[in-house]
Amino acid sequence: MIRVRLPAHLQTLARVSGDAEIEVACPATQGGLVDAIEARYPELRGTIRDPVTRRRRPFLRFFACGRDLSDQLPDALLPEAVAEGREPFLVVGAIAGG
Amino acid sequence: MSKVRVLVGTRKGAFILSSDGKRKNWNVSGPHFGGWEIYHMKGSPVDPERLYASQSSGWFGQVLQRSNDGGKTWEAVGNLFPYDGVPGTHQWYDGTAHPWEFKRVWHLEPSLTDPDSVYAGVEDAAFFKSADGGRTWSELSGLRRHGSGPRWQPGAGGMCLHTILLDPSNPERIFIAISAAGAFRTDDGGRTWKPINRGLRSEYIPDPTAEVGHCVHRIAMHPSRPHVLFMQKHWDIMRSDDSGDTWREVSGNLPSDFGFPIEVHAHEPETIYVVPIKSDSEHYPPDGKLRVYRSRTGGNEWEALSRGLPQEDCYVNVLRDAMAVDSLDGCGVYFGTTGGQVYASTDGGDNWAPVVRDLPAVLSVEVQTFS
Repeated sequence: MIRVRLPAHLQTLARVSGDAEIEVACPATQGGLVDAIEARYPELRGTIRDPVTRRRRPFLRFFACGRDLSDQLPDALLPEAVAEGREPFLVVGAIAGG
Repeated sequence: MSKVRVLVGTRKGAFILSSDGKRKNWNVSGPHFGGWEIYHMKGSPVDPERLYASQSSGWFGQVLQRSNDGGKTWEAVGNLFPYDGVPGTHQWYDGTAHPWEFKRVWHLEPSLTDPDSVYAGVEDAAFFKSADGGRTWSELSGLRRHGSGPRWQPGAGGMCLHTILLDPSNPERIFIAISAAGAFRTDDGGRTWKPINRGLRSEYIPDPTAEVGHCVHRIAMHPSRPHVLFMQKHWDIMRSDDSGDTWREVSGNLPSDFGFPIEVHAHEPETIYVVPIKSDSEHYPPDGKLRVYRSRTGGNEWEALSRGLPQEDCYVNVLRDAMAVDSLDGCGVYFGTTGGQVYASTDGGDNWAPVVRDLPAVLSVEVQTFS
């Protein structure tokens, strides 16, 4: 089970408190994880990545294990510690705006 | 017992203001969707407990919300607005070709006959319909594929389809308006469209009387006379008596004919309201005085309505979708400001009082009347 830490607004939208626990088929990739998040929480479809281009929204970034994973390709494997549920996958909103 | 429900969309959430028919004491519910921009909320005229809300964010994109209990609870529905086919290009601010890209829903217009049918006007300008309560959306692309589409250009707020008027006497006829393309009409339920901008004159575009390219800010109609339309253009108040085929200016004695909203009295089809703004570069009322102007003659002759409104040091704006009327006997008129006030009049505009003073900037106001 992969632990995903969503920004507060997306936690509210998905009615999640704390980390979301997401099951992802092996091998766990970043694109597969976002697919699984959207399948588990349909209300989040289109909020993490554009629903047409499927690109990560520009004001969101992905972090895990102290690394910025934002620009990895969708089929990039997730870090082992994330795939095994030892470390969370962080979806972080840009600190911008009012 | 009669009551009203005022649906307020703001930069930081939605608010629902409720009162009995006296409209003196108000209950304020919200913020709903706190922190998100709520461009528009509107209820179904068939089932007033069915509400639709456009929720958006620069971080997270578009979300569409639906309520079946008058806004007590909400459910996220479909937020995929796919353009039909290859969307092509429109003009960018500098005149270069720019690809059509979905940004947000500006306006939701529920069907007059079916609570599960609702129309959406979006940026970049296009017209969508859902027939399943907002779960799925399909574009009525005859509008965007009108031959003039590549010549449409965004206004300062984006290239938005912001006004949708459904003709209650003819289900095949719909009017829409786009900044900055102009007004359009379909007479076949949205399959084909024609520009209805003859008579508009816009000095700020290369051809001031062009078929398209006018920055129409809003249009309004009275349901009993759907062939009569009123328009607040970037500059100029306009009127059409032939379903938009031709327009004439009725700005008359207004202190400024720049502004955003325009609305029609619920019981007097010749009584209309605007909020003059100083200029296109100074989006606040002239002289720091917030005044609604009313014409009882369908334009040209206007009177200032200021009783109860701030008459000094007031520099707020009233956006295009932020004015609405109720249909109680003493017609209620409501508007919201970028300063977060929502004002109401229970006597057709003679007297005003704030319902709330300190909301986030108001983007839209709609009213539901329960008789």
